[in-house]
Amino acid sequence: MRAVRLSVVTAAVTAAALTAVTGCSEKSDGKGEGAVEVIAKDDSCEVSRTKLPAGHIELAVQNKGSKVTEVYILFPDDRIVAERENIGPGTKATITAEIKAGSYEIACKPGMKGHGIRQKIEVSGGKAVKRSPEMDKAVAAYRTYVQAQADQTLPKAKVFTDAVAAGDIEAAKKAYADSRIGWERTEPVAESFGDIDPKVDVREDGLEEGQKWTGWHRLEKALWQDKKLGAEEKALAPVLYKDLVDWQKRVGTAEITPTSMANGAKELLDEVATGKVTGEEERYSHTDLVDFKANVEGAEQSYKLLRSIAAKNDSALTETLDKRFGELNKLLEKYRKDRSTYEFTSYDKVGKADRKELSDAVNALAEPLSKLAAAVTK
Amino acid sequence: MSEEKHASGGDAPSRRALLGWGGAGLALGAAAGVGVGAARSGGGGTAAAADSGAAVPFRGAHQAGIATAVQDRLHFAAFDVTTKDRGELVALLKEWTRAAERMTAGHEVGDGAYGGVPEAPPDDTGEALGLKPSRLTLTLGFGPSLFAKDRFGLADRRPEALVDLPKFPGDNLDKARSGGDLCVQACADDPQVAVHAIRNLARIGMGRTAVRWSQLGFGKTSSTTPDAQTPRNMFGFKDGTRNISGTDAAALEKHVWVGSGDGPDWMTGGSYLVARRIRMHIETWDRTSLKEQEDVFGRDKGEGAPVGRSKERDEPFLKAMLPTAHVRLAHPDTNGGATILRRGYSFTDGTDGLGRLDAGLFFLAYQRDTRKAFVPLQRRLAAHDALNEYIQHVGSAHFAVPPGVRDKDDWWGRALFS
Repeated sequence: MRAVRLSVVTAAVTAAALTAVTGCSEKSDGKGEGAVEVIAKDDSCEVSRTKLPAGHIELAVQNKGSKVTEVYILFPDDRIVAERENIGPGTKATITAEIKAGSYEIACKPGMKGHGIRQKIEVSGGKAVKRSPEMDKAVAAYRTYVQAQADQTLPKAKVFTDAVAAGDIEAAKKAYADSRIGWERTEPVAESFGDIDPKVDVREDGLEEGQKWTGWHRLEKALWQDKKLGAEEKALAPVLYKDLVDWQKRVGTAEITPTSMANGAKELLDEVATGKVTGEEERYSHTDLVDFKANVEGAEQSYKLLRSIAAKNDSALTETLDKRFGELNKLLEKYRKDRSTYEFTSYDKVGKADRKELSDAVNALAEPLSKLAAAVTK
Repeated sequence: MSEEKHASGGDAPSRRALLGWGGAGLALGAAAGVGVGAARSGGGGTAAAADSGAAVPFRGAHQAGIATAVQDRLHFAAFDVTTKDRGELVALLKEWTRAAERMTAGHEVGDGAYGGVPEAPPDDTGEALGLKPSRLTLTLGFGPSLFAKDRFGLADRRPEALVDLPKFPGDNLDKARSGGDLCVQACADDPQVAVHAIRNLARIGMGRTAVRWSQLGFGKTSSTTPDAQTPRNMFGFKDGTRNISGTDAAALEKHVWVGSGDGPDWMTGGSYLVARRIRMHIETWDRTSLKEQEDVFGRDKGEGAPVGRSKERDEPFLKAMLPTAHVRLAHPDTNGGATILRRGYSFTDGTDGLGRLDAGLFFLAYQRDTRKAFVPLQRRLAAHDALNEYIQHVGSAHFAVPPGVRDKDDWWGRALFS
């Protein structure tokens, strides 16, 4: 820690010396080489300097607005470099980070919601990271999607976990599948947080020795198989909610690349192929087709964002994928009464031949989807 | 990394190295790309193709895998065509033909099993790397359902001989083990090579075809090389001693190959394949006295000689056998000379949940016209065969097997779709 700080100081001093010698115009940009001042208001986000040397960066934030705010430094693909939450009106906060050359954004989020008010900053000197604006755009859009899924999941999860905590079996059953949709749409990203997934989405046979069974499927079993909610189940409901809050908070920091997006799309189909078409995932509630649909939607979102990049390298592949997504979605619609809801046929009512048809359609899509990553990175 | 692999390929003749040998193999290798080509030329190219693992030529007037000397292992797959688009089906048959030709020559599919784009799954699944071609043959057939109206515009091209097989007495057919729009018979001396071939074709087909059912077979139960001993079935008997020899061109012309004028031109040089999964009640058979076992077949168990004779190939005196004896009922003399070419394999698919071996005979028969060969023969057997007490037909399928792929522009079924 100390060594890093020293080198940062050195870098700052060097930068200052260079500026002094060359008399370059950086000085007129801001107010010296110290902290970058950020004045956050309800409708603006003023940044004292937008051109910075690579290395250590410090933001001195003042919230002059009326709402609680948060301030982020973001990569061009919206990944979080550093952040500070809960900056109350009239208070100050400091954010520090090590930063390489490249383009970044500073975002103030009054009310701690949404896309925020953004300012571009340019960092130069040292080694620059090579970036493709098109890919950054795709990743940023996907990150927004993933965050939105997590944000939308929490209130739904709350309905479910509140019902369980209150011992209301019927209400809990009704809210169960819905509470999982956002998670299922973004599962590969969610799984990148290795500690959260085993807490919220593990099935009984996936438990490691000594591991306590928590999460959705533990409650699923209580609701559908045991048909009762004891003190233990009621106590596990808020634990699930808390773990999902943890996911929602951390999801923005996930490492996402165009390759991981493409592979994530394929992995979602793999989830379907191994867990859903067999009826293993939702063995008590038989809501497998809801997860199935959510997995396909997540895969399709990923694909849509990468489609124009992939089409340039392999238009035959994107043509096939367009077609196969269409076919699988059409087949799934057979099991949904109303497109405005996520009520699907209970999977125990889906016969052997129909399950095979679903499985064949998943394979038909997943096989070409496995070539998406290569088409994107070509 | 790839250099290491190439080096090891040079030490021991690999599957690919062996194959670099044939003319067609070299041409294909050149097309396959630099990396693969390097591996091939580095290999021990002098290994003899005449080894038991050699390659069977893919192209010819007839498809390989019919008259070809029967290999030890089988993986048979029946497919449903899931696309409705005739163009996609044609494209698939072309891709299958190319992949099949490469695999029978011992090459990998497409750009191979390794060394390609790191972000993409390899074209070939890789489990046959380092194995010899193992006399792999791949034989394609078209099922009656492919010719259904409103499917691919083939209704008026369906051969009359490609009948819907009648229901035979005693049949207990499982739909999930019967029928299919397409079939591929993979025979090889190495089971891994046969399984690899079907797996890769199934993978290429995804989205256009789906596997409907498949069957693994071991221990060929018949031979197309009559100088060799007739292999035994799961009941311990030699059956099918009078099988047609793969080198008997006259018998093949007469009984196996579809002649010009027999039906639609696209089938000339082809054959009709009947596949039946015959479950054998092993446990009750094993409790049957030797005398009854021998009476049921009409042969002795040790030598395989017909009743009253001393050698397997002695001419059977049919009237000396019980009227219900299997050999008596199946013999061409009982059936107006009707003769089929058998290529069956034994199978054992674990146990059936009742502690009984799920085992039997996967019967494969090729003939010039199923209406004149398998159908009357099976009618007679189903009605009278003493063996029926110990067997049950549980799967059934019928396919029109088109003629062979002639040249590099040809593909499986071109004449049907042109």
